[in-house]
Amino acid sequence: MADFRMPSLGADMDAGTLVEWKIAPGDKVARGSIVALVETQKGLVEVEIWQDGVVESLVVKPGTKVPVGTVLATLSDGAGAQAAPAPTPAPTPAPTPAPTPTPAPVAAPQVAAAPVVPSPVALPPSAPDSRVRASPAARQRARELGVDLASTKGTGPHAAITLADVENAARPAVAAPAEVPVEPMRATSMRQAIAATMARSKREIPHYYLWLDCDVTPAVTWLENDNRSRTVTERVLFAALLLKATALAVREVPEMNGFFTGGEFRPSSAVHVGVAISLRQGGLVAPAIHDVDSLSLVAIMARLRDLVGRARAGTLRSSEMSDPTLTVTNLGDQQGITSVFGVIYPPQVALVGFGAPTSRPWAQGAMLGVRTVLTMTLAADHRVSDGHRGAVFLGALARLLGEPEKL
Amino acid sequence: MTRQTLREAIVAALKSVAPEADASSIDDDERLRDALDLDSMDFLNFVIALHRDLHVDIPEIDYPKMQTLASAVDYLEGKLPSSP
Repeated sequence: MADFRMPSLGADMDAGTLVEWKIAPGDKVARGSIVALVETQKGLVEVEIWQDGVVESLVVKPGTKVPVGTVLATLSDGAGAQAAPAPTPAPTPAPTPAPTPTPAPVAAPQVAAAPVVPSPVALPPSAPDSRVRASPAARQRARELGVDLASTKGTGPHAAITLADVENAARPAVAAPAEVPVEPMRATSMRQAIAATMARSKREIPHYYLWLDCDVTPAVTWLENDNRSRTVTERVLFAALLLKATALAVREVPEMNGFFTGGEFRPSSAVHVGVAISLRQGGLVAPAIHDVDSLSLVAIMARLRDLVGRARAGTLRSSEMSDPTLTVTNLGDQQGITSVFGVIYPPQVALVGFGAPTSRPWAQGAMLGVRTVLTMTLAADHRVSDGHRGAVFLGALARLLGEPEKL
Repeated sequence: MTRQTLREAIVAALKSVAPEADASSIDDDERLRDALDLDSMDFLNFVIALHRDLHVDIPEIDYPKMQTLASAVDYLEGKLPSSP
């Protein structure tokens, strides 16, 4: 029996709404194929399948909200017998919630045959039969206003439907009622998801924090010079250096990279860096860039651009949501913010934070000068590592940023 | 290209990178990054959009000259061929 189940797309997910099937009974599917669109509290996610086979039946209908673990479809091997279960659902262990109680509004069983829970919020009457790109806020607003996304024209990236598009589409309908509670409702479900995850983190994970000021003048100067030789479309942001350095540093200190599940730490051999991306309409997501330690800066930049664009358009993939082995949050674009002490995304065990590089007085030997200084922070899980190893990690990070040409 | 059409091209570029924000109502002297909540990736995409639409190359060192709509119009006016 091979079942395709509602995946856990992060510790903050207890249930998801199947929005659209990308497959039909009789279709052949291959490992890594996108087979469904699922709406979570953090927006729309393209869900991949991690085994080959032939679709036998679609168990759950579009528009239905079901708990994580629910069988969505069944597969066979195409010769009458059903496909063997996949050895693993994803390239790395999915960060399923730890078996401790959570304040989840919907139970999140990890087993099959979970009951189907009707969605408390109905989809628009015509559930999309074709692919609809829309930002998370736009989808939520469409539900509030009863706008059919399938017939709404998108003006965002890749023709994604934006919040403004939805409100424009609904304008005649909402013109008569004077007051529509727009602001209080917006992004509420995402805020609830973030609240549940962060509260769980603070309740379960004994955080410790370290920070290190690092002279990044060599890295900033190197990047400025390097970018001069690039075309505008190939320019690399400083954030790409930070991601690469972080990925290399955790290879030296593997206690920062993996998951704490079932009462023990399970290190990850792969380094999939979750990137905290703020959404302009409110909230944030932290999808993964896979295998950052083995990517060039140009490749990291391309992945980062793609990821940010899709995060804001509401088209992230399930493996990006479930795979991060640690997370980086970068507040370097916020003026005046020099440091951030983050909250670890369970079941990950570390979160690395970067503030804005700023010009500061800096002593070098007996000389005092002005250098570009970056405060790097580490929030780490004391069940897995201690301050000494955290310090070794930050030291490695500083050393790697001091040799940017080697990144 | 007149200053008005240049301004419209800049607003169009901003809308393309930040469709959720209201770039039409931004004041000439507001900081673009603050008014539209642009991060460094958005700003780079903005520069790429201007490069694509206006065929101008904007080096990183000139980013500070593009902080507001007014200063961006001034800067790009100097980069583009004069109108007949």
